[in-house]
Amino acid sequence: MLNMMWTLYEAFFQVGLFAFGGGLAALPLIREQVVVIHGWLDMATFTDLVTIAEMTPGPIALNASTFVGTRVGGLPGAVIATLGCITPSLIIVLILARIYQQWKDKPAFQGVLSGLRPAAVALIASAGLSIAILAFFGPGNAASLQNLDPVAAGCFVVALFVLRKWKTSPILVMISTGVVWAGINYLIK
Amino acid sequence: MKEHKPSLMMLFLSVLKISAFTFGGGYVIVPLMRKRFAEELHWVTDEDMLNMIAIAQSAPGPIAVNSSIMLGYRLFSVKGALVSALGTSLPPLIVLTVVSMFYEAFKSNQVVAALMEGMRAGVTAVIADVVWTMAGNIFKKKKPMPIALMIAAFLAVWWLKVNIVLVLLACGLIGFLAGVLRQERKAQ
Repeated sequence: MLNMMWTLYEAFFQVGLFAFGGGLAALPLIREQVVVIHGWLDMATFTDLVTIAEMTPGPIALNASTFVGTRVGGLPGAVIATLGCITPSLIIVLILARIYQQWKDKPAFQGVLSGLRPAAVALIASAGLSIAILAFFGPGNAASLQNLDPVAAGCFVVALFVLRKWKTSPILVMISTGVVWAGINYLIK
Repeated sequence: MKEHKPSLMMLFLSVLKISAFTFGGGYVIVPLMRKRFAEELHWVTDEDMLNMIAIAQSAPGPIAVNSSIMLGYRLFSVKGALVSALGTSLPPLIVLTVVSMFYEAFKSNQVVAALMEGMRAGVTAVIADVVWTMAGNIFKKKKPMPIALMIAAFLAVWWLKVNIVLVLLACGLIGFLAGVLRQERKAQ
């Protein structure tokens, strides 16, 4: 049991250490560890895991860690896998946070940050566009007018308007959109 | 919005709430952290928050966890980093433990599926809103380098599918060189 927990910790430590670019970049690494190396899940369950990790709130990599951890070792497994996944972050990012605190006002470091800031916005925009295509055209469909989901597009426009105009809580907007979209689709079918 | 002084409890509860209710992973969570801590609470400046997000994205691991460690450290040193990392990690731990126990039922439940599918439009609106604000701030400064870098980085990631580590390295390097050049010009 203890051995198993150590293996689980080590597997997710590697995922946390090598996943650059967040949860979606972590998924291939998780597949490698969980399906290929250790055989904890078969490929079908892994596909379900991806769906569920994306469907549930929270960071995708942590959702995936908890899901695998639970299946391998119950609640302790979930805790161990999550810890494994965030240990590299804790070490590396704490060092970076110290460096940031000390060097923040140094011109050379300011230069690096002035290059990284626009890139950070670009990455968020790119991730947003991927979700937009999924929301408007459905999974696996080409982005064409024929595939456009008018209800989703309408919900998007209203939600964006509400967010810009009244600065409504994003959480409230996201959940309301889900309810409205599901409700309209239920009524028209 | 009432102003709150920075406190560990408020930090913990804020990241906990964002992590517990935000669908779509790190790229949605992180802009919401900016909204919460820079726009609503004013605990950090907008530029400070964007710096921390940029560093968090350049490090390995979940972006949401990395950002919350950066922010927690900035506010309350190591203690803050640990509290904030815990707040971000607890909700997925609880939600997914429950979901993975009932995952057959969860996966095939049509109401759940419809809600999740519909929420994507809302998630898109939330990201569009924050990108609008964040990109707007960069455009407003009217400096050509950040604007060009933002557009180039977007095209590289979205269109050319360049590895994001390379994009971040290139942008950091260009920013560094531009900074050095500016210093030299000033010195002359």
